[in-house]
Amino acid sequence: MSEEQLKIGVYVCHCGANIAGVIDVEDATRYAQKLPNVAVAKHYVYMCSAPAQAMIKEDIKQHDLNRVVVASCSPRMHEATFRRVVHEGGLNPYLFEMTNIREQCAWVHAAEARKATKKAKDLIRMSVARARVLAPLQKREVNVISRALVIGAGISGMRAALDLAERGFDVYLVEKAPYVGGRMAQLNKLYPTDEYALDVLKPLMEAVSSHPKIQLLTNSEISTVDGYIGNFKAKIAVKPRYVTRNCDACGECEIVCPVKVPNEFDYGLSRRKAIYLALPYAVPARYLVDSENCNRCGKCLEVCPKAAINLDEQPQEIEVDIGSIIVAIGHDLYNPPEGEYGYKIYENVITMPQLERLLNRNDVANPEPSNGLKPKSVVFISCVGARQEPGIYSPIKEGQKLNRYCSRVCCTASLKNSLEVKRRYPNAAVCYLYRDIRTFGRGHEEYYRKASESKVLFFRYKAEVPPLVSNNPNGLTVTVQDVLTNNEAIAIPADLVVLNVSMVPPADASDLQTKLKIAGGTEGFFQEAHTKLRPLETPSDGIYLAGTAQGPRDVTDSVAMGSAAAAKAAILLARGKVELEPIVAYVDLTRCDGCAMCVEPCTFKAITIEEYQERGAIKKRAVVNDALCKGCGACAATCPPKCIYVKHFTLDQISAMINAALVE
Amino acid sequence: MVEGEFEPLIVAFCCNWCAYAGADLAGTSRIPYPTNVRIIRLMCSGMVHPALVMDALMRGVDGVLIAGCHPGDCHYTDGNLKTERRVEALTVMMEDMDIERERLRLEWISSSEGEKFARVMREMTEQMKKLGPNPFKLG
Repeated sequence: MSEEQLKIGVYVCHCGANIAGVIDVEDATRYAQKLPNVAVAKHYVYMCSAPAQAMIKEDIKQHDLNRVVVASCSPRMHEATFRRVVHEGGLNPYLFEMTNIREQCAWVHAAEARKATKKAKDLIRMSVARARVLAPLQKREVNVISRALVIGAGISGMRAALDLAERGFDVYLVEKAPYVGGRMAQLNKLYPTDEYALDVLKPLMEAVSSHPKIQLLTNSEISTVDGYIGNFKAKIAVKPRYVTRNCDACGECEIVCPVKVPNEFDYGLSRRKAIYLALPYAVPARYLVDSENCNRCGKCLEVCPKAAINLDEQPQEIEVDIGSIIVAIGHDLYNPPEGEYGYKIYENVITMPQLERLLNRNDVANPEPSNGLKPKSVVFISCVGARQEPGIYSPIKEGQKLNRYCSRVCCTASLKNSLEVKRRYPNAAVCYLYRDIRTFGRGHEEYYRKASESKVLFFRYKAEVPPLVSNNPNGLTVTVQDVLTNNEAIAIPADLVVLNVSMVPPADASDLQTKLKIAGGTEGFFQEAHTKLRPLETPSDGIYLAGTAQGPRDVTDSVAMGSAAAAKAAILLARGKVELEPIVAYVDLTRCDGCAMCVEPCTFKAITIEEYQERGAIKKRAVVNDALCKGCGACAATCPPKCIYVKHFTLDQISAMINAALVE
Repeated sequence: MVEGEFEPLIVAFCCNWCAYAGADLAGTSRIPYPTNVRIIRLMCSGMVHPALVMDALMRGVDGVLIAGCHPGDCHYTDGNLKTERRVEALTVMMEDMDIERERLRLEWISSSEGEKFARVMREMTEQMKKLGPNPFKLG
């Protein structure tokens, strides 16, 4: 479009007194009117209001406007609103430009009205300069494959998979472990109802393994993920189980297996064989050979009545096409470094998850905890591996990563367990050492009340002076400087110390983060696209988060998030088509010499170099896959001839603003 | 204000997801800072071509701020880390052109760090006032 044809409308908002109380909006409007190519400039009390929107639409027609600038609040607030308005007025929505004179001017310069007005004029001048060189952009539509991949078959992944399957979509449910159930399967009872975790889980475990729409792949991991929203391609590595579907879990093999190794399901508190079922209610109910520890003696083969064991089974790779992915890989647990509260030095210092296993095994299998204890005195220590503030928390080992977050579930979970210990061993003394207690959920405070009534003794320590666990011939002693009794040092004899450890990001989170090109937060959990507005989404469109992979949360919240992520994915899958954002990289082919400098910086692997023929000569040029490109512009910043750029953020458009900033 | 006192022009390239949102938060929290900054919103700090910065400085902009997400928080995974490497290269280019190193600043400002955005703007304005006008502006 030539200079003469440009017709820009500028609209200055008062935002009540928010802007007009500081900035002289009439002066700013008069100033805008004199800028080159400005056909009309107006101010109004609320530019986002219905009458103002109608006024802009009317002006576009009446004045034949082909660019619109609104000087008001942050584009993060109302850019979408005004893009819609200009679109309804007959203009391409990308021919709209917003000037932030509220958050970034009036509100921060309230004490300097004159200077603020000058700055507002400068900002409007910069926006008008940019508007002059804006180009129309078109959104594109692509088809969506109506199948989903759910990574992780813990409580939130299973919930998400079931919801999607019930909605009629095919789902691949991939679980790294040989069985479904995740961390929840390792718990004893759940707050706030004191139900057994497995009683709650079992129906879901059965449902995901038998649902006709769900293909369950256990003992499997994601190798690669390519593609984009609606059109992903994932390769899944299925590790050999060495036991076929003929297995009916009779258990003969386990009896004859001579190998015994620590059982990770019980956090090493028990031992299992090299051919094993991790838990009695395992789904799928099939044995599995731990190939790392199996000595290949062949005894299991001899006794198996179903001939279900095949020690020569090979790994497989399955490739699936899906439209959406839900990441529900859960969490690991804080592993205290040796010596933190005596952990790994004194045998009777255990973690909360270990206590859950002890309590659970006691109920279902053994009459007593595996270490044979009938505890007379149990001490709980809260906030282990959580709220580790630099400068306050003294790291146990060098280079230790500090977890500054609160793990959220530990307070109520440990109160629940302190009561459970009291119930089992009514004569045992139970002491609860805490920094703070937050029983924030419905029914959670009840545990605190009941624990107090049951004579659980509470001691409060300061983060700066954590409790000290020491050993003497009579057993362990925990010394705490108790804030509640004016910092009196109290020595508590203990025969079991339980550390309320935090949830930490799973070990394979960063690997999966790279494969999926999603974001991780500073703590290492996956980060949502926006805390409030897009809490289930990742920056990679079509990939959603569920459960503790995003951060510590309890079963209730994990289930809710699983269902919510499924609903999000279902929107996409049901629609069948998706619009792609047009703000992506673009190559000016007339100038690209195929130098490939832009290829490496692209995190999303959206740029490839292709060869083409021109007058008999073979030449090279960069090609952008629009669907993969996220519009970050890492390529644009590297291009020596400046011929690859991100639409709507071209060098010309940015330079125009800088030049306008320089003009007084 | 003394009439005629030098008022530096600072151009801030702010990424849409963190730094720009941080600047918005300074506004919603009503944290004052000097009027000298002109913010240019970009999708990612990683899209700032070195030529843009050099151009701005050589045309007389007194100070340039590039502000992105904290490492690990980048909306595009690692755009900010690319920015960091580019800023290192830019400082060498600035040295070659005899432009004071202080005229370019890189900051990680999250969407919850309104206070930090305001502080950086106050510091930069003070520093540019001490440095005096960009010599390229006079030439």
